[in-house]
Amino acid sequence: MSSLKSWGNYPSVKSKAKWFDVEQKEHNFDKNTIPYGNGRSYGDSCLSDHIIQLKRHNHFLAFDENTGILKVQAGVLLKEVIDVCLPKGWFLKIVPGTKLITVAGAIASDIHGKNHHIDGCFSESVNYFNILLPNGDLKKCSSTDNTQLFHASCGGMGLTGVITEVELSLKKVQSANIQQTTIKSRNLKETFAIFEKIKSERYSVAWIDCLSKGDKLGRSHVIYGDFMQDGDLAQKQKSRINIPFYFPSWTLNKLTIKLFNWFYYHKAFTKNKQAKANYDSFFFPLDAIKNWNRIYGKRGFTQYQFILPLESSFEGISQILTQIADSGKGSFLAVLKLYGQANKNFLSFPMEGYSLALDFKIEKGIFELLDNLDKVVVQHGGRVYLSKDVRVTKEVFEKGYPMLPDFKKLRNKFDLKDTLNSLQSRRLDI
Amino acid sequence: MISKPKYLLIVGGNSDIGKALASTYAQAGYNLYLACRNTSSIATFSSDISLRNNVSVEALQLDVLDFDSHSSFYQNLEVKPEGIITCVGYLDDQLVSQDSWSESLKSIQTNFTGLVSLMNIVASDFEKRKSGFIVGISSVAGDRGRASNYIYGSAKSAFSTYLSGLRNRLSQSNVHVMTVKPGFVFTKMTAHLPLPKLLTAQPKDIANDLFTAQKKQKNTLYTKWFWKTIMLIIKYIPEGVFKKLKL
Repeated sequence: MSSLKSWGNYPSVKSKAKWFDVEQKEHNFDKNTIPYGNGRSYGDSCLSDHIIQLKRHNHFLAFDENTGILKVQAGVLLKEVIDVCLPKGWFLKIVPGTKLITVAGAIASDIHGKNHHIDGCFSESVNYFNILLPNGDLKKCSSTDNTQLFHASCGGMGLTGVITEVELSLKKVQSANIQQTTIKSRNLKETFAIFEKIKSERYSVAWIDCLSKGDKLGRSHVIYGDFMQDGDLAQKQKSRINIPFYFPSWTLNKLTIKLFNWFYYHKAFTKNKQAKANYDSFFFPLDAIKNWNRIYGKRGFTQYQFILPLESSFEGISQILTQIADSGKGSFLAVLKLYGQANKNFLSFPMEGYSLALDFKIEKGIFELLDNLDKVVVQHGGRVYLSKDVRVTKEVFEKGYPMLPDFKKLRNKFDLKDTLNSLQSRRLDI
Repeated sequence: MISKPKYLLIVGGNSDIGKALASTYAQAGYNLYLACRNTSSIATFSSDISLRNNVSVEALQLDVLDFDSHSSFYQNLEVKPEGIITCVGYLDDQLVSQDSWSESLKSIQTNFTGLVSLMNIVASDFEKRKSGFIVGISSVAGDRGRASNYIYGSAKSAFSTYLSGLRNRLSQSNVHVMTVKPGFVFTKMTAHLPLPKLLTAQPKDIANDLFTAQKKQKNTLYTKWFWKTIMLIIKYIPEGVFKKLKL
């Protein structure tokens, strides 16, 4: 037994860990087991009484440089895929905001990136995967084989089995660099208008100042770009800053957060700025700071990420931003993004609309605030992201995920209900 | 001019130290021959090392106890290696082997005789080519005989002596020979032993030490470094005292 935390450092639970053993089949599973990759989900979705660690199940099995088809074991990190494949001109079709997650974790969260509105979720780049069920069966799943299990496992938070092996299609790139443009917007209305205008740009995201109010509410930097064609595939190893200890909890207060947001917003002087960025700083800016989660102090933090349907996005996000600005609790940076259509996966987060993500340190009153924000989310037909969540209620969750009954049915069919559980799945009765 | 691809032969490629060495040398751009008894057991590992480091990795079947096969094994290597590292070891159970000739013989042949047979062949080729490096992984257990593991220890001691003789012979031919004496290492071979955590190294520590020392052409490497001091003390304890110690 040792204590286990996720990236949010909250909560901490007693857990028994074992390494995944491909030979052991069903003996990997105990009651209430959850697969554990690199522990980068924020909340309690990777925490349980027992975990099966996949980090050492991480061999590259095959890579075809002509077609970009890559076969790896489940525990390989996205970082490793990029390190191996980018020099040969191939990049992952979908990357999230960190490259320090496993390939199987990317499937279990059906992660998305700055190009969701064009390219969809991670599962769209998965040709197939093998998944080990608690009864010892190994099943090959794809959009044509064992389709139900495929659509349940993509976004299924590890609740359908242990993914052991994955085949991915990568995308051809001519460069490791991104041509990026930053547009400064004065308020939320302008931010939305910019997103609408740049819809056809492949990668886009906005950093919002979550503490500005009134006619400045929702002011932001909208950043978009795409890979360059300059043929420069060289990897630049940037040194990483480390946060060696937990910051005292008073470091983050209304004033420091406000100051940071003010400086960040005014960092771009001109309304429209062009720059060449390395893929690392464009896609994974926070990876440059090792242990950045310690900034939020010992008690940890949570990330609140929700998505609203297109038609109600503006209204809902205005309401939520107003509530956050009024509360004075906020994060250094809030991220807003336009999404494309939902896919067929039972519990995938994305739907056509806008999503907002913010970090909150765990402190008095925070869960009450988030419960209030949930009301706005539900009212506008939205949902919260399970990979970030640590506190949402069963009612709010169920309203957001209409395909949940199909997911539960599949869990019953394969008899997974007792074996595969996280704190989150028990909290939400998944 | 494109330089010829350089190859390294690792004997004992399925051992934990062998695998760590494969990673280290592949990162440095070496193509690898990984020799072991059962090649299917390292197929996944081989493809992984090859893809991660963009080098060629071949898994080759070799049994150090099958003396007669050694010559043809080496002849069949298409590109002759620039270096050879042996990380073959068999840790017998002393209490069994002191009363069992077959167990003693297995230890002696795996740790010593088999390697002599193989390395004689490699050494002569390197000598003829006037280039190359030979690294043998022996053990601190070979520095002085102790009641708890002297069959293993004496085989390793013989192997250390063999390597020092080989070093003497090949120094004229621009071939470097290095003796490596690891202390405790967390591996499959020692998994059943209760090892002191502070004194015990990980295979990758051994691989890094070995790589650095080989590039610097060290003659003998104790790894981790403190074993040099520990063994110095152990070697200098008078035999009259030593024989009464429980070590």
